[in-house]
Amino acid sequence: MSAPLAVRGVGVRHCFGDMVAVDGIDLEVAAGTVFGLLGPNGAGKTTTIRMITTLLAASSGVIEVFGVDVARHKLAVRRLIGYVPQQLSADGALTGRENVALFARLFDVPRARRRRIVAAALESVDLTEVASRIVGTYSGGMIRRLELAQALVNTPRLLVLDEPTIGLDPIGRASVWDRIVQVRASTGMTVLVTTHYMDEADQHCDRIALMHRGRIRALGTPAELKARVGPEATLDDVFRAATGDELASEAGERMRDVRATRRTAGRLG
Amino acid sequence: MMSERLAVPLADWGDSVRVGLPRLVLSRIITMCLVELQKLRHDRTELITRAIQPALWLLIFGETFTRLRAIPTGNVPYLDYLAPGILAQSALFIAIFYGIQIIWERDAGMLTKLLVTPTPRIALVTGKAFAAAVRALVQALIVLLLAALLGVALTDNPLKLGAMAVAVILGSTFFCCLSITIAGLVLTHDRLMGIGQAITMPLFFGSSALYPVNLMPGWLKVFNHVNPLGYEVDALRGLLIGTPAQLGLDFAVLTLASIVMISIASALLGRLAR
Repeated sequence: MSAPLAVRGVGVRHCFGDMVAVDGIDLEVAAGTVFGLLGPNGAGKTTTIRMITTLLAASSGVIEVFGVDVARHKLAVRRLIGYVPQQLSADGALTGRENVALFARLFDVPRARRRRIVAAALESVDLTEVASRIVGTYSGGMIRRLELAQALVNTPRLLVLDEPTIGLDPIGRASVWDRIVQVRASTGMTVLVTTHYMDEADQHCDRIALMHRGRIRALGTPAELKARVGPEATLDDVFRAATGDELASEAGERMRDVRATRRTAGRLG
Repeated sequence: MMSERLAVPLADWGDSVRVGLPRLVLSRIITMCLVELQKLRHDRTELITRAIQPALWLLIFGETFTRLRAIPTGNVPYLDYLAPGILAQSALFIAIFYGIQIIWERDAGMLTKLLVTPTPRIALVTGKAFAAAVRALVQALIVLLLAALLGVALTDNPLKLGAMAVAVILGSTFFCCLSITIAGLVLTHDRLMGIGQAITMPLFFGSSALYPVNLMPGWLKVFNHVNPLGYEVDALRGLLIGTPAQLGLDFAVLTLASIVMISIASALLGRLAR
């Protein structure tokens, strides 16, 4: 029997006015895997993520998360998902513990178990020692780990990470990925991640979809994708082959997305 | 080391928590209010800085116009007449700029994260509106304390004080949702700030906060009748200093206006998530 699908998308399309952001893609993410969605800015990765997480309605096509139709059962889908957006989204005016407890409440974790679950989530990202500190005093890497704890507090079946290591230094990136790998190993949850870093995708993703101009241009395991380009090829070569070396700005990069990315990088210092 | 607590067996997944909408709304209201109180506990500077303006209104405008006797308020000293109006104004200013926080949360990714929780938009908007009301209520207590220190003869009837709190909550809910609605339309801090500043003073001057309705020109009386702040001020004045008030009408209008504005703000919240 084949593995159940964590995400299944058929003919998924989304338009912003006249601009086609996602152009009829088919997508299958097997349960328990780490699936990477790669592509230049404006490729349609974040729009795809937003449709899977119920934030945007698909203009046409069907998306299911663990067999649940995203368009018809939004709340049920949200209970299956943990989400870390591209921006640094923890509340700087609250402590780390309060930030995680907020999401425990929003996911209706019963009061009797809430304190233990929050403590466990903080422990899983190694933030127990600083949990009582105001988040405004955290480093960028610590905030990313805190966001991971927030996303884990409902023990999601699908963890969706939109460029989780953008703007982090190499140590911060490694630390975030260490936690993601640990959590996945412990829970068996599916991870859907977008990233610009080819080395991260190569190292951590079981399968990769390379998007460009709203379409999936390459799909497979990192080894398969590299083998298609050449014996010594890297994922960077795969990326260049799929995008044809076109500049990101030519691909319809949205000003707001660029601003958000720069703002995140700026906050991370 | 990964905790065992998060290593939930697969059987636990997919057990959808079935929670009805009224319980969800109540749960999210409590959650958002708690977060607001936590923020106030960590940083009280805003409470102090926001107390300066109402203090100036009461101390300078109130004391001066009490002596001038320029505004006829019957047997009620002008400072007593003014205090409920300044209380309403103080709550209005907090609520009307709450939309800026929503835009900031949108830009910071917090709003999208909240929208990916099992929280219907109407529950999220209601929760945010009540959180603004909690902040406004704390501010209202400071204004009441200031007024009492200045010798305003305020009621000490706990029922009336409770009803006053309800009026502040309803008024703040309406204006917070108006602010979220505008945020959903204009989508940027700068535009919302400009519109917020453009509408707060007309709302304030177009109510009976500073002067009785019978002194207003005809067109302003009409505006006062459609201005929820006018009903809030009427209720607060009736409850706090015992002037004649149409409390039933005041609370009915404030409740209805809040429900309508929560619905509109909820419908527009999705624009902020795009």
